[in-house]
Order: sequence, then C-alpha cells, then structure tokens
Amino acid sequence: MKTVMNGDFAASYGAMTSDVKFVAAYPITPQTLIVEKLSELVADGELDASFVKVESEHSAMAACIGAQAAGIRTFTATSSQGLLLMCEVLHWAARARLPIVLANVNRAIAPGWSIWADAQDSISQRDTGWMQVYAENNQDVYDSILMAYKIAEDNDVLLPMMVNLDAFFLSHTSEVVDLIDNDKAKEFLPAYDPEYKLDPNNPRAFGALTSPEHYFEFTYKMFEAMEVAKKKITQVGKEFGDIFGRYYDMTESYKIDDAETVLVTFGTIAGTAKESVDRLRKEGKKVGNLKIRVFRPFPTEQIIDALKNAKRVVVIDRDYSYGNEGAFYTEIKGALYDANLRIDTYGMIAGLGGRDVSTAVIKEIVEKAETSEPNKTYFIGVKR
Amino acid sequence: MLLQLKLPSIRLNKEISVEEKKIELNKVDEFPPMPVSLGSMRVNKTSSWRNFRPIIDGEKCIGCGICWKFCPEPAIFPTNPPEVDYDYCKGCGICIANCPVDAITRQDETK
Repeated sequence: MKTVMNGDFAASYGAMTSDVKFVAAYPITPQTLIVEKLSELVADGELDASFVKVESEHSAMAACIGAQAAGIRTFTATSSQGLLLMCEVLHWAARARLPIVLANVNRAIAPGWSIWADAQDSISQRDTGWMQVYAENNQDVYDSILMAYKIAEDNDVLLPMMVNLDAFFLSHTSEVVDLIDNDKAKEFLPAYDPEYKLDPNNPRAFGALTSPEHYFEFTYKMFEAMEVAKKKITQVGKEFGDIFGRYYDMTESYKIDDAETVLVTFGTIAGTAKESVDRLRKEGKKVGNLKIRVFRPFPTEQIIDALKNAKRVVVIDRDYSYGNEGAFYTEIKGALYDANLRIDTYGMIAGLGGRDVSTAVIKEIVEKAETSEPNKTYFIGVKR
Repeated sequence: MLLQLKLPSIRLNKEISVEEKKIELNKVDEFPPMPVSLGSMRVNKTSSWRNFRPIIDGEKCIGCGICWKFCPEPAIFPTNPPEVDYDYCKGCGICIANCPVDAITRQDETK
C-alpha cells in the first residue's frame, strides 16, 4: 500500500511490519517521532508489543538486551548523544550475539549543540560489532528494517543491525513509502525462534566471566559471522527484490562503467550525488556514483570491483575522524590497497552539522578534485 | 539461644531429571556463538578458585541469617544452622567478617 510518510514514521512502520514484540526507547530529537508513533501503534492495538518507557538510552538498549535474550524480537531507536550513551550496551548486544535492530537518526554531536544531519554519531560506534546500513530515502529506511531482522537473525550471523537515516533530510521529510502487507511480510520474515535464550527450564549462564582460554574464540566467531553477513546481505537484498520489486545490495553503482571520476557517497548525499552525476554528464564530464549502503560489514570486494577502472575516486564524508580524515575515505583507500589499485583519491568532508550538500556543492567537490592534489583531505565550504 | 529462621528455601535442586554433563570447549567450531554456558549451572561448578573454606559452627550460631543475607553468590542456604554450598562458594569470607558471634571460621583449602 503506497502512502506518504516521513522517515521517522517509515522506521516505526518498518518495526511494525517486522512484527516486533518489544520496544524500549527514549525520545531524542529528531528521533522522537519514531517513538511516538510506535507508542501510538501499541496503544491503539495495531502493534501487539510491549512498549517500555525507560529513563535513558542506556536503559533502552539494556531492556532490549534482556527481552531479546528471553527470545523475542525487539526494536529501539535513538540519535546522536543518545547513541553515545548506549555505547557500552551496544557492545554488549553485539558480543551477546543478540540480533536487535536499532534505527539511528544521524545527528551531529555537541558542542555546539546541534540537531542536524551528521554521521559522527554512528561512525563513532563503528567498532561496537553492529552492522550498519545507511538509508538513502524513506523507502530504504522501511525496507532496511525488515531486511535487517532477516539478516541479523540468521543463525550464522546473529549480530545486531543499525539502520541509519539522516536527520531532517529523511526523519522529517515526507516521501512516498510502499508499505508491505503483514501476511507477505511474515512469509519473508518468519517468527523469531533463537536457539540460545533465557529459559527457566534450561538455566544457563549468559555473558558470564570468560577466561583468556575462551574470550579470543568468541571474537573470532564474530569475524566469521561478519564474513557470512556480507553474503547474507546481498542474498536477502535479492530475495526481497524478487518478492517486493525493490532490490538492495551492500553498494549501489550509478553510471560508473565509463566514469573517470567516481563519487563515493552514503546516506542522503548519495541521492543528491546521482542527480549531480546526471547534470555533470550533460556538461560532458564522465562522472559516476558509488553508494555505500552497508558500512559494517565493509563491502571491500564490491568496492574494488566498482572502482577498479576509475581515474579519480572522490569520497564524500559527513563525518571526520579527528586527527586523520573521513572514516569512509580511510576505508575506501584500504580496499583499493588490498587490490593493488593505485588510483588518485580525494577525501572530501562536507555537510557537517546539517549543512546542505546540494548539487552545486557536489559540482564544487568534483571541480575541486579535478584541480587539487590527490590523496589529501579537503573540507568543502569552509568560510574563509 | 537459637532463633528460628523464617526464610524461604531457595536451595538449588540438584536432583534433576535430564542428563546434564559439563562440556569442554577445545575447538572454535564447538563454541556457542556467544559466551553462554552449554550445560546449566548445576554442572558448571564455580568454586575451583576458593582458597579458604568457611566452616559454620552450629553450636555458636544464633540463626540471625546475616551470613545468608550477605553472601554475594549466594552459596549459603537459610537453614538452621545455615549450610554452605561448597560447589559454588568462592571463599570470599564475607560471611566470616559479618557473623556477629564469630561462629564461622576459615579453613585453608591447601591443607
């Protein structure tokens, strides 16, 4: 059923279509609408789930961990400072191998106090063991949540997944979203039935003291699970497309076959970049775009394949790893090195704190790359 | 004078119907995905690192229940006199330190 909704509601309905049984969340702008809508859906009896009000984001994730460990499907949502407060329990959820799904609205980190789009929050939680998806539009938000449960709950994956959406550009912007019928969704995503769960009839110790004899192996198992997840994400994306007509993968290439300059983008900037590619091509510039939809696990193989013929790789980061460069830029270069590809790369930091990255800005970025020294980081749009 | 403890029995039922055995993890493929005990705590005894064993003297005990309340494990049953579950007691000595009538003594496990 096609309807019009903002990205936050798309996240709420994504959780509802996924038939979650437990929601614990703490409101924070610009995620508040997700929590409000879920609360309303539960109160109106449209979603058969427990809705638990908690006193912080740390508690929200802790409650989800408890519920998920008891063997039910859980959901939470947060943003920015809230995600940072969750940090400790994000690690816990991942190492406990609980396939929790979290919607994170990408918002800048304070100070200066900011509620606007910026991926610093989720990028700073890169190494928590969570899989990370960056949505381009509201349909992507909705579909990604449904797929996230399917991927995360796979017995060979069992890792939590974070679906990221840009503050305001998605969270508060209305677009057409095609909602999936509940019965069809259940066929795609069967009920959650984990092998390991809290069970009074079969008491076990969960997350107990682990000696140096065993800890190492549990981390190795997460490495294995992430490798499986790479294949699973592609496979589930195709299966989803075969059923619902919308195909997804870890990356998405746009006009890169003959492109000399390839933009590498994520989130809403990817959408604008594709429009920019069309406009720049009209000016005779051979430009393409590679969207990184999934950042963890990192799609190294797909990136190498997409960038191998490029003359110039221009990575746009809406984040900055203090003291180095954009997080995506570092990792893209790592992937190219793996394949012995020595391509001129440009790290472009843009759109921090919600500054708009328009087609004009992307045009400026391409021109900057054409005229600047390669293998360096540039901040685009600094007032000088 | 012995006071009667009026406390609920929380003794772990060690007589179980299903067969449980301790599972040794030697190869990574045998590991569960997350740190979870494969057998229950009934078979995973956790007292191997105890250095000192608390011994309760039933004659001195006044049945106040303080050792039961303070035991962090909990490995003391609220019987009269209290009984220590040496399968799980870590030998922390909190019961010894808090007994108001010094009815609990420590015994070196190495002797």
